[in-house]
This record gives sequence, structure tokens and C-alpha cells, in this order.
Amino acid sequence: MIRWSDRKIEEIVGEILRAGVIVSALVVFVGGFLYLIGNAWARPDYHVFRGEPADLKSLGGVLHDLRRLHALAIIQLGLLLLIATPVLRVVASIVGFVAEGDRMYISFTAIVLSILLYSLLGSGSAF
Amino acid sequence: MNVLELTVLLLLGSLTAGLLGSLTGLGGGVVLVPLLTIFFKVDIRYAIGASLVSVIATSSGAAAAYVKEGFSNIRIGMFLEIATTVGALCGAFLSTVVPTKVLAIIFGLVLLYSAYLSRKPRTAQERDLPPDPLATKLKMNGSFPSEEGGFRRYNVQNVPAGFSVMFGAGAISGLLGIGSGAVKVLAMDHAMKLPFKVSTTTSNFMIGVTAAASAGIYLNRGYIDPGLAMPVVLGVLSGSLLGAHILMRAETKVLRLLFSLVIVALGVQMIYAGITGNIS
Repeated sequence: MIRWSDRKIEEIVGEILRAGVIVSALVVFVGGFLYLIGNAWARPDYHVFRGEPADLKSLGGVLHDLRRLHALAIIQLGLLLLIATPVLRVVASIVGFVAEGDRMYISFTAIVLSILLYSLLGSGSAF
Repeated sequence: MNVLELTVLLLLGSLTAGLLGSLTGLGGGVVLVPLLTIFFKVDIRYAIGASLVSVIATSSGAAAAYVKEGFSNIRIGMFLEIATTVGALCGAFLSTVVPTKVLAIIFGLVLLYSAYLSRKPRTAQERDLPPDPLATKLKMNGSFPSEEGGFRRYNVQNVPAGFSVMFGAGAISGLLGIGSGAVKVLAMDHAMKLPFKVSTTTSNFMIGVTAAASAGIYLNRGYIDPGLAMPVVLGVLSGSLLGAHILMRAETKVLRLLFSLVIVALGVQMIYAGITGNIS
């Protein structure tokens, strides 16, 4: 009985991971294509660390730049979607353990989720 | 070199890194950072940022396949993620205060240590171990599709040791932007006595969540550059998906030898670059 439900959770988790990766890779690809069209012959400099501009360091900034179809903002959105994928996976696992009525694993998963949310929302308001 | 040339070279390099990382259960990151810093002269902080996001892609992409095959153990993964995510937070905070030369040397040492661990003779896998009371209480024992056909059951051992090692694995992941799959696999192989395929795939499965825990901090510190991360993520992802298909049939002895040779070479170079200050 328990095994069947575990299988079910695993299948759903697998689908979420697959979808998250495909969608974010596509967004990164589109952004990268636009970026190359505009900047193919530019000279990149990654030798010296400057840090990213403020609008590429937070979800708000990225969304703001997206309205102007800024190529780098599209790539950054794809990367944010990628970062969100494992978080979504943890959320799905909670739902699964709730369906199974497994209180011990509901609390384990909730701990992991709160650590993730702290990093993404609390540690310096990246989102 | 212009942006187009750099992007193409990064794509090819990352594809190779992703293939190697996936075949060895390490994630692409462990060879990516040395590749970016030594061969492309990228600042180690940008390299760590790009590596970390690609680690999430590798892990999620490959895990989607493994989960369906029934190799990974979702409960063991979830329980140990408590340790790895707390560790990752500590590591990511630490990485913003540690000088880059020191980061390079730590990176090199971690590479050498991973290679050493992987070359330690593997004792024949113990089967049919008695159930451990704590592991049983945590409902961790499971089964997986075996080579001989049908399902093989296994009993998990020594949960506290596995949990502690996982905290360290998470801290290394957050500090260096890698999945630290080698440490994860060994915690599960050696301490918890999981069958090799189960530990590799469960480790891979956990790497994405661990990396996501430090990604927020990295993003906020400006470590994640879209122009650099784009070819790296796409390359590593394609390479790792390719590797995941091969892994199901591959002979692990050859993989371990291959992986340790590459890692020793890169580890020595990272330490050398860190000591001579030839790292940005």
C-alpha cells in the first residue's frame, strides 16, 4: 500500500523535474539566441569580478527588464525558473506525503522547504 | 575572443563536463569550475555561480529519468536534505567572505580528496544486512530493480553518520558551487551501505535541492552572470542527459578510474593556481 503511493509521488516528482528543466532550458536558449544576435562580436570580460548589476540580482529587477525584452533578463528568468524547479519538487513531495498521511515525512519535508524559502526570500531578498 | 567564439567553446567544454559529471555521479560542477578558471580565465566567483545553476540543471534533468526507473530512494533523499540544505546555507555565506585564492586551494583539496575516496578499494557490497532500528523507524529501507531481474531489497545502516557527512557535503556544495556528489555517494555507500546504483541516483536527486539552497544567496551577491551561465547550463544539461542514458548500462569500475584521473589533474592545477596567485 505504502509502496504504491511512493511510486505515485516519484512519478509526479519526475514529471515536475522534467517540465521544469525543459521550460527553463528553452527560456535560457531563447534569451541566449537574442543575446548572441546583439552581442556576438563584443569582447567579454569575465576575468575581473564586478558582480551583476542590481536589476539582474533579483526577481523584481529581472521582471522589470523583461518588459523591454532585454536578452540578459530573459536568460536570467530561465535561470530563476531552473532554481525554482527543485523547490517545486519539495512542495510536490509535501503534497504526496500529506496524501499518504505520513506525518514524520511531512515535517521533514517542511523543514527542507523552509530552509529553501529562507535562502530565496529571506537571505537578502533575491526574489 | 569575442562573445560568439567564447559561447561556442563554453558550450563544448560544458557538454564534456556534463557527460563526465553524470557518468561518475558527481554532477558537472566539479570539473566545470577548474575548466572555467584555468582554461577560460574566468573569475572564480562567476565560475562558481555558473557551475551552481548548471548543477541544478544536471541534477533535475538526470533525476527525472532515474526517478522513473525506480533507483532513487525519495525518503532517504528528503531526510538527508535537511542536513545538506543547512550545510549549503553555511557554505554560501562563508564563500562570500573567503578570499578567492583560498577558495581555489580548498577546491583543489576537495578534488584530490574525492579522487582519493573513489580509489579506495571498494569492499564487496554487503547484502542482506539486518534492519537497523533507526532506519526502520524512519522508513528508509527499500528495494530497486536489480541486474539479475526482479527487485532487490536493502536495509539502510548507520543513519547518524550519514546525516553528519551530508552536512559537510552541503557546506562544500554551498562554498564551491558544486554538487559534491562524491561525498554524498560515499556517505551513502560506506556509512549507510546503500547499493551503488541507489546511492548514486539518490545523491544526484538531492544535489538540485542542495544547490537551490545556496542559489538565492549567490544570485543576490551577483555571482550568476547570464551571458556566462547560458552556454554553461545548456552544455552541461545536454551532456548530462547523454550520460544518464549511458549510466544505466555502464560498468562502474571503468567510470571510477576515469573520474579519479581527471579529478587529480584538475585538483593539482587548482591548488597550484591558488598558491601562485594565478587566479582572479
